[in-house]
Amino acid sequence: MAFFNFHKNTFKHGIHPPESKDETNGLPIKQFPFPPVIILPMAQHIGAPSQIIVREGQEVHRGQLLAKAGGYVSVPIHAPVSGTIRKIANVPTILGKMSTGIFLEAFPFSTQEVLEGNPINPDTSTPEEILQGIQDAGIVGLGGAAFPTHVKLKVPEGKKCETLIINGIECEPYLTTDHRVMLEQENDIFTGIKYLLKATGTQRVIIGIEANKRDAANHLKKHIPKDLPVSVRVLPVKYPQGAEKMLVTAILGKEIPSGKLPIEVGVVVVNVATTAEIGRLLPHGQGIQERVITIAGPGVKKKGNYTIPIGTPLRFVLEQVGVDEEISEVYMGGPMMGVAVSNLDISIVKGTSGILVFTKKDVSRTPKTYPCIKCGACVDACPILLNPSKLGILAKFEAYNEMASDFNLMDCFECGSCTYVCPSHIPLVQYFRLAKRIVRKREAEKKEKVDA
Amino acid sequence: MLKKTLDISSSPHIVKGRSTEDIMKNVVWALLPVVFFSIYSFGLNALFVIFTATFTSVLTEHFLCNLSKKETTVNDYSAVITGLLLGLSLPPSFPLWMAFVGGIIGIALGKYIFGGLGYNVFNPALVARAVLQAAFPVAITTWHPAFLANRFSTISGSIYTWPFMEPQYDAVSGATPLSAFKFDGITTSTAELAFGQISGSTGETCAIIIALGGIYLIARNMMSWRIPVAVLLSAFLLSGVLYLFNSELYPSPVFMLLSGGLMLGAVYMATDMVSSPITPLGLWIYGGIIGILTIVIRIWGGLSEGVMYSILLANAISPHIDSVIKNRVYGTKRKVKAV
Ligand code: SF4
Ligand code: SF4
Repeated sequence: MAFFNFHKNTFKHGIHPPESKDETNGLPIKQFPFPPVIILPMAQHIGAPSQIIVREGQEVHRGQLLAKAGGYVSVPIHAPVSGTIRKIANVPTILGKMSTGIFLEAFPFSTQEVLEGNPINPDTSTPEEILQGIQDAGIVGLGGAAFPTHVKLKVPEGKKCETLIINGIECEPYLTTDHRVMLEQENDIFTGIKYLLKATGTQRVIIGIEANKRDAANHLKKHIPKDLPVSVRVLPVKYPQGAEKMLVTAILGKEIPSGKLPIEVGVVVVNVATTAEIGRLLPHGQGIQERVITIAGPGVKKKGNYTIPIGTPLRFVLEQVGVDEEISEVYMGGPMMGVAVSNLDISIVKGTSGILVFTKKDVSRTPKTYPCIKCGACVDACPILLNPSKLGILAKFEAYNEMASDFNLMDCFECGSCTYVCPSHIPLVQYFRLAKRIVRKREAEKKEKVDA
Repeated sequence: MLKKTLDISSSPHIVKGRSTEDIMKNVVWALLPVVFFSIYSFGLNALFVIFTATFTSVLTEHFLCNLSKKETTVNDYSAVITGLLLGLSLPPSFPLWMAFVGGIIGIALGKYIFGGLGYNVFNPALVARAVLQAAFPVAITTWHPAFLANRFSTISGSIYTWPFMEPQYDAVSGATPLSAFKFDGITTSTAELAFGQISGSTGETCAIIIALGGIYLIARNMMSWRIPVAVLLSAFLLSGVLYLFNSELYPSPVFMLLSGGLMLGAVYMATDMVSSPITPLGLWIYGGIIGILTIVIRIWGGLSEGVMYSILLANAISPHIDSVIKNRVYGTKRKVKAV
């Protein structure tokens, strides 16, 4: 409602799920043990899969390049441990699809030193060199999207990046990785920001942090280097503030036009852990081998924030931390947008920000759904200001085209807020996900027909 | 260990722990004090009327589900609410067979023919009451005094009238404060109104208890606060302006708020989610229409009470409110329809 919109510093609507962060947000990041075998799927980022450049039986050093980028929208993959390539075969990925993968057996007694490469200096390198360095380091968005970072940082011809926003929101319940990274890796973050400023040609940086991480905000504020144009902005806690659109609106009050990227309004948004990774790797010309992951949920014994080698099998992770006998569901990512995995034979990938284990009794699923009672809770929750109630009714009648043409289905970014609040337990976002897929397919088919 | 297969489900994996059933159940809890007060002031008569309406509603719901070979929906509590609201809006010595007919009409005509819970255009209890008012205009406006000494031992003769017979009233008097004002120009004191020392429909007489139930539901986030506030505020403002204009001719706004079915209607009937708009601004408009219309009917209409027709009318235009009040979709200039 327009005349109630005088609150700044936030976006419209959104929800307040229980934060559930207390059990891990005070635990410092710990190094996780190396698994005996690492399994690396080649399709673990958005874009073309990486192309393997090693062969079976080859011995590799930690940090060595195993696969090169499969194109511009793609990144290389490096060895997370020193060891021997045992096998190259199809492996399952989180989304249930298969991908080519490398089985890497770790040397049991290796010191696991990381290989150094060509260092990149933020002051003397050109923006192009930095972007190339970021791609060469294999860096993708660590917040969960796994979109190649160098692509995102490339400011298109004719556009200008005025504000660089560092996303330290971490609005998903349970997850505390960004929180810990901000508390423990401030130097890496600020070094990373130096690279980002140069790469995007930006003069101003704002770090967005939710008010439940005030300690992290204060810590960063205290350590801002004199020569960096950085400010820290503490925002009220609200899901899904970590979504780029919502974050840009909360900080700058601007809306990103439908179907466009933040650069349309002169903004580039980068996740804080991604920034830290850039600051850590580029000065040494290294590739990414590990990442910080929150392991939590009611079914986990040793909850915490761990640095885990990429490619570590989920089964190994859960055996190390110990899980409840009654484990029923495991999620990769947060409880709002994370994916439930169907088996434990998949491995940690670059986009894995959390592993949550829920037991039978914690899985909050009421089997019974009721008709929509038009309570309006979903309308009040949707940050895109759609009408999920109406969309849900149309989805039932499979009126997918009408959903897209009259009710802006394609603007839904599947945050799940509507499903979260619905008292009738209507699987709204689940319907919308399916509907979007069908609409996209129909459009592709239409295009094909026109082209043919 | 860790051999077991895992369940998979799609996100979000957590939900807010407040189900439609919870909401309905809580509305029933919040109505119970109103029911108890009604029995306390009108005795066995009220007990029988409310029970008959509720029991019939639930039975009808169950029967209709059976008839259409669906799983019964009585355990979502919505039929209980319809029955209770109907019972609470009838006069205390209302013939039971008429209450029985009302219960059937509410569920069958008010809800079922539209497609059941979630699809009804009107508040089912009010549909039933409107039909009863048209069919039995005398019975539904024949009031019964409150706090009779023998109210827990005797039942009015009218209660057990045989179907299609003239009801025999034994204690006809109790004009409601509204009819007393409208037809005889007598006002009732505020304290009597607030604490239910008056005559009226079984459940409408104690404004305080009704308001407390509403506050409970609003505090538990199970009712839109905007509707009752909009209804009461608009009624207060309009009657306040009229009162300032001519306090001889028009009753005070406090009297207007506390008398008749306005409180019960604003808190429990207008707030039926299904038949009210979906956007916040829409709710304000909807509530405002009800409040203003009620006062207009009370003052200038032929009836002494106008809450029921006001709500039914607002129900009817609620889809149109939704189609006019639209949110602008984020990042677009496009307003998305609400219906
Ligand atoms: S999932 Fe889509 S429709 Fe539902 S609240 Fe999020 S953006 Fe809105
Ligand atoms: S939250 Fe659920 S019940 Fe309420 S309006 Fe939306 S879809 Fe309908």
